Amino acid sequence: MRRLLLLTAALVLLAGPAAAVNPDEQLKDPALEQRAHQLSKTLRCVVCQNQSIDDSDAALARDLRIILRERISAGDTDSQAIDYIVARYGSFVQLDPPLRLDTLALWFGPLIVLALGGIGAFVYMRGRSPAAAGALTAEEEADAAEILKSDGAR
Amino acid sequence: MKRLLFILPVVGFVGLLAVFFLGLGRDPRALPSVFIGKPLPAFATAPLRPGDTGLASTDFQKGEPALLNVFASWCGPCRVEHPVLMRLRQEGVVIHGLDWKEDAPAGLKWLTERGDPYVRAGNDPTGRTGIEFGVAGVPETFVIDKQGRVRYRHVGALTPEDWDQKIGPLMEQLRKES
Repeated sequence: MRRLLLLTAALVLLAGPAAAVNPDEQLKDPALEQRAHQLSKTLRCVVCQNQSIDDSDAALARDLRIILRERISAGDTDSQAIDYIVARYGSFVQLDPPLRLDTLALWFGPLIVLALGGIGAFVYMRGRSPAAAGALTAEEEADAAEILKSDGAR
Repeated sequence: MKRLLFILPVVGFVGLLAVFFLGLGRDPRALPSVFIGKPLPAFATAPLRPGDTGLASTDFQKGEPALLNVFASWCGPCRVEHPVLMRLRQEGVVIHGLDWKEDAPAGLKWLTERGDPYVRAGNDPTGRTGIEFGVAGVPETFVIDKQGRVRYRHVGALTPEDWDQKIGPLMEQLRKES
C-alpha cells in the first residue's frame, strides 16, 4: 500500500503541465526556445480568447507560435516580437495589457470603484445615530432584574 | 435626500444588469480590426484559378470600394454566406476573395461547384497572407475604400441583414467619397 502511494506521488510530481506546443515547433537553441515560450504565454489566442497561444490547440495559435519563433530567431527583441503580433491583431492579444491612455479604465477602474464604495460605507457608518450607550432608565433596570431573576429560577 | 441614498444601490444594480444584458447580445469574436482607417498591408498571392493573376493589395486601389472576403471550402459558415455573395456579385458589388489555409484545388472545386462571386481570387495555403491583416478565422469580410484603406471588418457569415443594415449603406457612402 505504502509503495503504491509512493509510486502515485512520484507520478503526480513528474507530470508537468501539458502545453500545446508541439515538438516540431520548438527552436533548437534552448535559450531562444525559452524566450519564445515565455512570450507566447503573454499572448492571447484570438480564436479561443481565454487561452494564451502557448496553451491553445487552435491552428491560428500554432501559426502565431511559429511566427513568434521566426521573429526571435531572426534577432527580434522580446518587445519587437510582441509588437509584430500586436500590429496585426491589436493590443487585445496582450494578456498583460500595457498602461496607456485607452487602458486607464482597465488599470484603475477597480480601484475607483473600491474608493467609491469605501467613501459610501464611511458616510453611511458616520451618518448612523450612535446606539444609546450604557445608562438604562430606572424602569428598564427593574425590568431587567425581573427577567434575570425569573431566568435563574428556571 | 435619505430616500434617494437608499435607492441608489438599487439603481446601480439595475444599471449593471442592463450593461450585462446588453453584453449578452454582443459577439466576443467581433473584434475591431487594428487596420480600420489604415491601408491594407502590401501583399500578393498566388492565383486560385489557374492562369489567373491572383490577388494583391494593389487590386484594391482601383477607384471603387470593394469587399475582401476570406473564405475556405472547409468552413461551414462560408456555405451560409455564399449565396449572399453571389447575389451581391450580380448586383455589381466588387468582391475579391482570399482562399485561406487550404490548397488551391480545394478552393477551386468550391468555386466551380457553387459559383464564383469573386472578381479576383487569391490562394493563401499557409494562412500567412491573412495573418498580415489580422484574420482570425473564416469567414471574414473586410470593406475596403477607394484608396485601399480598411474601413470595416465583419467576422462570421455575411447575412442579408448585415448587408442591408451595415455593409450595404457603408459601401454606398464609400462610393460617394472622392
